[in-house]
Amino acid sequence: MKSGYFPGCTLKTNAKHFEDSAMQVMEVLGHPLEEMENWICCGTVFSMTTDDLMLQLASIRNLLRAENQGYDELITLCSMCYNTLKRAKEFILNDEENLRKVNDFMYKEDSKFKGTTDVVHLLSILKDRITFEEIKNKVTKPLTDLKIGAYYGCLLVRPKELAIDDFEDPTIMEELVDTLGGEGVVFPYRLECCGAYQTIIEKDVTVKRTYEIINSARNAGCEALITSCPLCAFNLDQRQKETSEEFLEFSTMPVFYFTELMAIALGLKWNKDWKKLHYIDPVPLLKEKGLI
Amino acid sequence: MPKNVPMVKVYILGEGFDVPEGSTIISALEYAGFQLTVGVGCREGFCGACATLYREKGDYKLQAGLACQTVVTDGMNIAQIPFVPAEKPIYDINKLDPDIEAFKTIYPILFRCVGCNTCTKICPQDIEVMDYVQALIRGDIAKAADLSFDCIRCGLCALRCPAEIVQYNAAILARRLTGKYLLPNSPDLEARVKEIAEGLYEKKLQKLTKSDTETIKKQYYDRDIKTV
Ligand code: SF4
Ligand code: SF4
Ligand code: SF4
Ligand code: SF4
Ligand code: FES
Repeated sequence: MKSGYFPGCTLKTNAKHFEDSAMQVMEVLGHPLEEMENWICCGTVFSMTTDDLMLQLASIRNLLRAENQGYDELITLCSMCYNTLKRAKEFILNDEENLRKVNDFMYKEDSKFKGTTDVVHLLSILKDRITFEEIKNKVTKPLTDLKIGAYYGCLLVRPKELAIDDFEDPTIMEELVDTLGGEGVVFPYRLECCGAYQTIIEKDVTVKRTYEIINSARNAGCEALITSCPLCAFNLDQRQKETSEEFLEFSTMPVFYFTELMAIALGLKWNKDWKKLHYIDPVPLLKEKGLI
Repeated sequence: MPKNVPMVKVYILGEGFDVPEGSTIISALEYAGFQLTVGVGCREGFCGACATLYREKGDYKLQAGLACQTVVTDGMNIAQIPFVPAEKPIYDINKLDPDIEAFKTIYPILFRCVGCNTCTKICPQDIEVMDYVQALIRGDIAKAADLSFDCIRCGLCALRCPAEIVQYNAAILARRLTGKYLLPNSPDLEARVKEIAEGLYEKKLQKLTKSDTETIKKQYYDRDIKTV
């Protein structure tokens, strides 16, 4: 089984700390990530327009290139890449006419798209392949006394055909937090939409969502959130600036990529550069808990 | 021209002409009587002025090439694209950093790329155009500069792009930023630029501008070219 890693653009820019921490974590767990060559943007969001195949090409081209590079599966960290690649693959493979058109169009690639490469999210690899017991054995600095809310958003669990866990009541991320010695807290708004791209055209919509989601987490006792999507992270972390301005009684909360906390628990050094990519400074909380 | 050169038929803007076999598109155009004032420059495949669309006999596919480098075939249909009025924003390179922010501000259109690869298919220089656009989208400026190095700015990629991106102008920004900020400084180059700025070639150039065409031609053909 040959696994490739599909980064996606945001992991190379605004979410560099997501990639860095994941790379280091996987190294420690004995499954280093191998980046595929010549990848392009995944297409950003799965298009539900059924007759505009142009919008599926980016995803399919990535999968085809991965196929040609001999990968049986592509591992993604970004929930959005996971969702987009996986849905595009199903959409094209399940329709002979679409498959033929897309292959005709991509005649410059080395071969035709067959759909032999699976798309898998890193969380599934951690749970099913490496297993949480194994990870637990490697924890050297447990997240003792740290109450973490797992924010799933929509893309990991919807539509249900590609959900990485129960699509209405997932527990995979809370289990991971428990594995790391912390306390995974279930809070009501963990599957609510964060407002996604409304953040660009209707910023206020996401500000309101952020307010509701973070308050919901705080009321349930969370001290920080984890996510696996750069867009959720942007809305929940960066948008706390506007949220604080709009709602005066709002109190802020750090937002992590789940791999950052894994890195800490596995005894890796907290990288000072990661802090710069957070809007709400997570350092005071980590210090308070004696984690850095 | 020697006698009995075999001729081929080409169609220029739809009109048929007989031209000598083995001509480039440029020489075919001139043989057919067109006087080229635009759409030609170096005649050596470097300047990018001669982008041309053509279709070969019996083929459905529109192809593109440099008129000075592409040899005509019998039944070829030809139309030159002498100029592409593509967007070319003005910026101050000293105020930019070599990162993704520069491209978000100056070429936000890049982020519309759908990964169709149409630009790569058309590029007469065989550049991986889509891949340099994608490198820019993820902030890998040096990679984009490297991949686009052979670009001669013919503009065909922009003409074909369904997302209306101006790939080649964005690529030049990538190469400028790379040259200015990412590559190591060359002390030799700096010394050379200083020498020239101080007037090293001033006299020679003045003499040259005053010479007549014949003298210049003679000097050009007699020039001493160092081969490595
Ligand atoms: S969805 Fe976002 S992170 Fe994923 S590849 Fe596209 S732009 Fe990059
Ligand atoms: S990249 Fe575009 S402008 Fe440059 S040579 Fe290729 S087609 Fe022409
Ligand atoms: S033609 Fe335009 S949209 Fe298509 S790959 Fe090239 S830059 Fe992207
Ligand atoms: S593929 Fe060609 S004909 Fe079809 S919609 Fe696109 S531009 Fe039009
Ligand atoms: S005339 Fe300069 S490239 Fe053809």
